[in-house]
Amino acid sequence: MTAVGTPAATPPPRRRQAGPLIPEGPVRASAHICQAAGCQSMGSDRLLEVLSDEVLGAGLRDVAVGRVGCLGLCSAGPLVAVPEQGRVFERVRPDDGASRQDLLSSLSGEAKGGRPLAGDSFFSPQVKVVLERSGTVDPERVDDYVASGGYTALAKAVSEMAPEEVVAEVVKSGLRGRGGAGYPTGLKWRTVAIQDSHAGKYVVCNADEGDPGAFMDRSVLESCPHQVLEGMAIAGYAVGASQGYVYVRAEYPLAVKRLSHAIREAGREGFLGREVAGTRFGFEVEVRIGAGAFVCGEETALIASVQGGRGTPRPRPPYPAASGLWGCPTLINNVETFANIPAVVAKGGEWLASMGTERSKGTKVFALAGAVANTGLIEVPMGVTLREIVFGIGGGLAPGRRFKAVQTGGPAGGCIPEDLLDMPVDYESLTQAGSMMGSGGMIVMDDTSCMVDVAKFFMDFCREESCGKCAPCRVGTQEMWRFLDRMTRGAGTRRDLEQLESLADMVRSTSLCGLGQGAPNSVFSTLRYFRDEYLAHIDDRVCPAGVCAMNAGGRSEAVPAGVGVAGVGSPK
Amino acid sequence: MAIATVQAAAGRSRPSAPSDDKRWRQVDVRMRRLGYRPDGLIEALHTAQEAFGYLDDEALTYVGESMGVAPSKAYGVATFYSHFMLKPQGEHTCVVCAGTACYINGAAGLLGAIEGKLGVEPGETTPDNKISVLKARCFGCCSMAPVVMVDGEVHGTITPPELVTLLEDL
Amino acid sequence: MSEVRTLQIDGKDVAARSDQTILSAAQDNEIGIPTLCHLEGLSDVGACRLCVVEVEGTPKLLPSCTTRVEEGMKITTTSERLVAYRRKMIEMFFVERNHICAVCVANNHCELQDLATRLGVDHFDLPLMHPKLPVDATHERFAIDHNRCILCTRCVRVCDEVEQAHTWDVAGRGAESLIVSDLGTPWGSSTTCTSCGKCVQVCPTGALFEKGRSVAEPKARRPYLPYLVRVAEREQ
Repeated sequence: MTAVGTPAATPPPRRRQAGPLIPEGPVRASAHICQAAGCQSMGSDRLLEVLSDEVLGAGLRDVAVGRVGCLGLCSAGPLVAVPEQGRVFERVRPDDGASRQDLLSSLSGEAKGGRPLAGDSFFSPQVKVVLERSGTVDPERVDDYVASGGYTALAKAVSEMAPEEVVAEVVKSGLRGRGGAGYPTGLKWRTVAIQDSHAGKYVVCNADEGDPGAFMDRSVLESCPHQVLEGMAIAGYAVGASQGYVYVRAEYPLAVKRLSHAIREAGREGFLGREVAGTRFGFEVEVRIGAGAFVCGEETALIASVQGGRGTPRPRPPYPAASGLWGCPTLINNVETFANIPAVVAKGGEWLASMGTERSKGTKVFALAGAVANTGLIEVPMGVTLREIVFGIGGGLAPGRRFKAVQTGGPAGGCIPEDLLDMPVDYESLTQAGSMMGSGGMIVMDDTSCMVDVAKFFMDFCREESCGKCAPCRVGTQEMWRFLDRMTRGAGTRRDLEQLESLADMVRSTSLCGLGQGAPNSVFSTLRYFRDEYLAHIDDRVCPAGVCAMNAGGRSEAVPAGVGVAGVGSPK
Repeated sequence: MAIATVQAAAGRSRPSAPSDDKRWRQVDVRMRRLGYRPDGLIEALHTAQEAFGYLDDEALTYVGESMGVAPSKAYGVATFYSHFMLKPQGEHTCVVCAGTACYINGAAGLLGAIEGKLGVEPGETTPDNKISVLKARCFGCCSMAPVVMVDGEVHGTITPPELVTLLEDL
Repeated sequence: MSEVRTLQIDGKDVAARSDQTILSAAQDNEIGIPTLCHLEGLSDVGACRLCVVEVEGTPKLLPSCTTRVEEGMKITTTSERLVAYRRKMIEMFFVERNHICAVCVANNHCELQDLATRLGVDHFDLPLMHPKLPVDATHERFAIDHNRCILCTRCVRVCDEVEQAHTWDVAGRGAESLIVSDLGTPWGSSTTCTSCGKCVQVCPTGALFEKGRSVAEPKARRPYLPYLVRVAEREQ
């Protein structure tokens, strides 16, 4: 079989150089190939070469083939956008000529096939601030970023605004931390800005996106690293720091590569370095690569890790804003928070504050995954309902499947049931519903998921990721997992359930950091909405979803509790 | 940066490389760039692991001493992070994602298939040293769940039989 | 410079210096708060969580060993809820590893045992974990029994902060955390250990002990530690 434009008889002209294909004259149409990790793993990097050759072979001299960041609809990758026609082509594979035919026809001028963006149920309800340039600029070309208005906010901040004015804009925007807890960003900036420090201050970008099922930060760094760097440099200027660190997970090699490349480019162009945008303000950024520890997303653990040590958290106060890296005032924000900053400075705080709800302003990026038709990365204004996300943008569940819950907030978050789907998505509503905003992972579960097993899954995660420093988390997560494990094997009792609940309360209240304090949440939220499933496991020895083996006794490790083996105090 | 730390780093006598294996040069270059400061320990360990595939006692001692940290601290750091390997790995690595989306979409079946085929669990290497099986927290490729990474290449929406074929072809 | 702060602990008006922790202010006023990882003379890590207290207006419990006093604080060190939590913490230590007192060198001289008695912990509800952990008796004078270790890290801190040898550290993480010497190598072969024995002195349980002592023989002389710290500070 031959594809359009590649007749088998004459070999197509080869290009001398790999990379984007840029016509010499004016561009009539362009193919923007997504080069984020998801599409790359489906061959989008090879697609760039294959498609360029085909375009050349077909004699399309006014067609550009370029790299862009994440286009969002990751489940249908590799994705190619043709912006001139407002279309996105799905599943365009390098090894399957037929999958490229509609795209090539469109590039030849005959608009055909693909998915029109206008009015599309996935694309059109989205509002893009953080992902504004994701899918439109080449993540490895600073020129693209600058051409799209990038770094103008930084130039404006350092040359036209006083640091206090920058902080004031961020306060006005109502922006809250996008990493999980939702602490007001402006307040945090102000706290660091007013600190007196002779030894300097630091800005740290937390890109240790550890929540399983969340990939917003990866995508932002892979799609538009300069936007994050610009946000960090603005933050450095506003709080009085001259050194920044980005702490990235080792699992994100492409993000590390693009970020490091962007730092070099920005340095070369004078957006980072000793004289930022030609002023006396200097700001350098270094990348620090994590080494596989979820707890390092906690800010004090992250600091310990940046300093080269074991990533164990320490009690707060003092908060990093007062005493962080090497004891100096340190501003720590998440990738998405920094990515909001250029727009806040360029368009003003009020502009961002005009979006969203009373107490949650702006937009939020979510990673939609699990049992839903359209999975990928979306950005919506705060306050849309979960139903709009799951059944509108997400396209609902597979035919014949019934919605059971949507899990938000990662291992410390919770599961939200069907009757709360009309709840607006903002920090307060999610917390009230027993979950949390978290970093933005949203995993849809259908009737094939067992909620006791889900709680066990998250507890297993927490016990393996517990740093081991404080006893309630180190021992408590193990013990809670054991109770859950007994239930999923059909060996649980009502007494176990009571014990589990009391233990969960104790671990939440006494653990040192957010990992331990949040670990019981999977138990609390599943018990709150799906207690009947627990009782079915315990009283009827049945797993309603048919997930758990329920082979009680099999390899039971049920140790009789309540035995006074230790003989505490007896010799006294 | 505390000035005292820099001075301490400058004044300390540094050990010489354990052997004339050229890979130590790579580690040395990285450590010099990091200023031989204790805060660069993790970065230096990353480089050593890239060069040698894992971190043995010799590497831990040398990197630790060069960066100005005690052996127990270097060992404590290396064992804290799941990315660092203290034992040699197999010729190939197969990493199964154990993130939430993969859990929902059947990662357990993949682990079962591996155990059935190779007889090893995550964290183990086959007796012939051919394949090391590992578990990852999340690759951030949740849209293609379940996901495995074989020798650095991501394979999405993979079924247990497909994975078995993939492993057989290694 | 430290200033004076006035606050209330368990309803009692007290004055403290601004650089004091809640724990130290309470101790000055003879209000006992249970502790395990804290030891006078060593840095505080807030890890054992036994000393958590309620502070009015703060939703979270705060560790008294690392939280500094503030003007007007109203602190509760003992409440029904706190006692229940503390009992559960003690229980956790007992179920985590093997602490059979009757055959322990530290029997009757064990801080964990004392606290269990003081808090009235007389039975366990949680399933026992009790992994079989090694005993390292390769050092000529001392030994470490990991089965008795509660990971308070006093030994790690005294070795680093006072003796400055940094022989000990914590390896692994979570429930697999283990105190190690050098590269997880036998204590007897350590190239950094000075055999000073300070780690043995500060161990709250029977995990670190001097060889040749029989069960229930007094071992530790902890009050010497502040003295050692002062000497070390003078020398610097």
